[in-house]
Amino acid sequence: MNPTLNLWLIPILPLAGAAINGLLGKKSSRRAVTIVALFFSGAAFAMALWVALRFSSLSLPYQEFLAHWIRSGSFSADFAFYLDQLSLVMLLVVTGVGFLIHIYSVGYMWDDPSYYRFFAYLNLFMFFMLTLVLANNYLVMFIGWEGVGLASYLLIGFWFTKDSAASAGKKAFIVNRIGDFGFLIALFLLIKHFGSLNFEQVFHRVAPLSPETASAGLLTAVGILLMVGAAGKSAQIPLYIWLPDAMEGPTPVSALIHAATMVTAGVYMVSRSHVIFERAPTALTVVAIIGTLTAFFAATIGIAQTDIKKVLAYSTISQLGYMFMACGVGAFSAGIFHLMTHAFFKGLLFLGAGSVIHACGGEQDMRKMGGLRLYAPWTFLTMTIATLAIAGVPPLAGFFSKDEILWKAFSSEHGSWVFWLIGVITAFITSFYMFRLWFLTFLGDYRGLKVAEHSAAHDGHGWPHESPMVMIVPLAILAVLSFVGGWVGIGNHFDRFLAPVFEAGAAATTSAEAAGESAGHMELYLTLISVAAAFLGFYLAYVLYHRKPELPQKIADSLGGFYRTVVHKYYVDELYAALFIKPLIDGSTRILWQDVDRKIIDAAVNDAGDGARYVSDEVRHMQSGNLRSYAGWIAAGAAVVIAYMIWSGLGQ
Amino acid sequence: MVPLSYYLLLSGFLFACGVTGFLIKRNIITIFMSIELMLNGVNLSFVAFAAHWHALAGQVFVFFVMVVAAAEATVGLAIIIAVYRTRETLNVDQVNLLKL
Repeated sequence: MNPTLNLWLIPILPLAGAAINGLLGKKSSRRAVTIVALFFSGAAFAMALWVALRFSSLSLPYQEFLAHWIRSGSFSADFAFYLDQLSLVMLLVVTGVGFLIHIYSVGYMWDDPSYYRFFAYLNLFMFFMLTLVLANNYLVMFIGWEGVGLASYLLIGFWFTKDSAASAGKKAFIVNRIGDFGFLIALFLLIKHFGSLNFEQVFHRVAPLSPETASAGLLTAVGILLMVGAAGKSAQIPLYIWLPDAMEGPTPVSALIHAATMVTAGVYMVSRSHVIFERAPTALTVVAIIGTLTAFFAATIGIAQTDIKKVLAYSTISQLGYMFMACGVGAFSAGIFHLMTHAFFKGLLFLGAGSVIHACGGEQDMRKMGGLRLYAPWTFLTMTIATLAIAGVPPLAGFFSKDEILWKAFSSEHGSWVFWLIGVITAFITSFYMFRLWFLTFLGDYRGLKVAEHSAAHDGHGWPHESPMVMIVPLAILAVLSFVGGWVGIGNHFDRFLAPVFEAGAAATTSAEAAGESAGHMELYLTLISVAAAFLGFYLAYVLYHRKPELPQKIADSLGGFYRTVVHKYYVDELYAALFIKPLIDGSTRILWQDVDRKIIDAAVNDAGDGARYVSDEVRHMQSGNLRSYAGWIAAGAAVVIAYMIWSGLGQ
Repeated sequence: MVPLSYYLLLSGFLFACGVTGFLIKRNIITIFMSIELMLNGVNLSFVAFAAHWHALAGQVFVFFVMVVAAAEATVGLAIIIAVYRTRETLNVDQVNLLKL
């Protein structure tokens, strides 16, 4: 028998914070807003830690029923929570990283006039994200899913007076709707064929089915539709276009929502649905292909970006691609492992980038940075750790998780050496563009303008400056996590921790992992290759951006058209604009507005009005006001009635 | 014994006279008299049927009609007098203040 954990408190706490700050924040002081925001997000984290401490004494999965929601015939969906190893990992990542980013935001957003609104939204986001990861059925998950979308929209458009921010928010929201459309249809299919949305019930009913190897069927359809949803939320091809634009939001938002937590919701959802995916090999292959392609293409775009946040945005898309690659080859725990380490180092990278931007007085163009190691040593140190981690240098976090994914991509029964090869190339590109960012930002000489009036308030000498302590501490904690966070993967500890989730209801398959000597050697060789790729990326960046800074421009010039294509992100935005947006706008304008609305709907209403007036105009002459004409009408009417009665009487 | 149809023809004739007078006359008093004529035309058919069928209901109805007619005459004549005092005319076509 499980003790009562009161899991519901974990999401409700940030919601309370959001309510207090959102409703009363305008009138309260910054200090009060800070205390409320930090208390409620910190309390959620403390609660999650407490749950984690008691975790070993629970019989899993622990479920908590809160209230009835929908009961209709045999179908029911309740407000209920579900805790197992997978949701625990997500819970700790979301609350932990979320809390750190809350602390950081205090420093970053302190001067913003809408300080309280920022924290209200941030807490609201935490509420929805925690609902998402704790849900015990797809419908409650969907609430969280939509809710984080809303919070993301609000925070991307936080500086809504800026036109680009407002439209970036809209873009994110609309692109996500396309994904949600797929997700919803998948849910409808589940209701229709399995009569439930509850995780346990659905998986219980799916488990006896045999894998759809020969022909694609229901489970494949559900899997692919779920992947459409995941592609929207997690910014995968073809729906990734919103994430780079989402960088219009404040940097802590980019760190929390668009790097560490929300965008990983798709990975979580796919992993949660592993029972379905394992029985739909075609869907798994689709996931793997989408993930691999996204990882590669986003990485190549990242090379040519000059905005520090855009580089990180494409890097996020690319790393999410890795996670989907892992899920797609059936290595869900590797995907979740990378999700966790990625939350640490990418959160850190974004926060560090925020610190850099802060240091340079709002400048985001890396060409105008440089030499910041002297001005912002703590930022430099932590960013270095994060860069090493994402590049996959042992023994930092990213190395373990990325290596795990690459090995699984190679060795898993769903995997193939193609995935592995593209993965390694992507790892090389990742390492290259990350060190490019690192060299451009921190090494060399400062190339920017003196940030005169901005710095005057701080230290007066006009050079970039280090961020306040409240921003450094979260950076340091995340740096430690980025360093050691991967060590839980040594000896497959993490894998074994999550095993009860991913082996429960796993399809009965002949395990391809005949763990023999040769496999062990193979893994070692592959690891060496990926580490070599990381160092190669570093070396290339070193040569191009440190030793011979004039070289990149030459290479870019010699590449000509190809380089321009990459700089313009393969013209995907333009392509979508031409393929979807322009026809939509034209169709709406020409057909829906000018034809349907004006010529049919408006015309119908106007003609009905005109017609009524015309008829009344004719008829009103009958009502002359002349008494005797009325009497005449009555007499005539009576005569007609009598004539009719006589006529019908004669007929009988 | 006079046949029923004679009474009914006379009754119809009286009623038709009343309708015609009501429709073509402009003097309000004449219109008023035409209405009385219609009422009495109907009364005549009532009593004729009552005698024919040996049923009293028709005669009772006639009493009711006469009472209503008397009351109507009282109110109607009062209105006519009031109208004449204010408008100094009995022509209904000129009593049209309420008309748009």
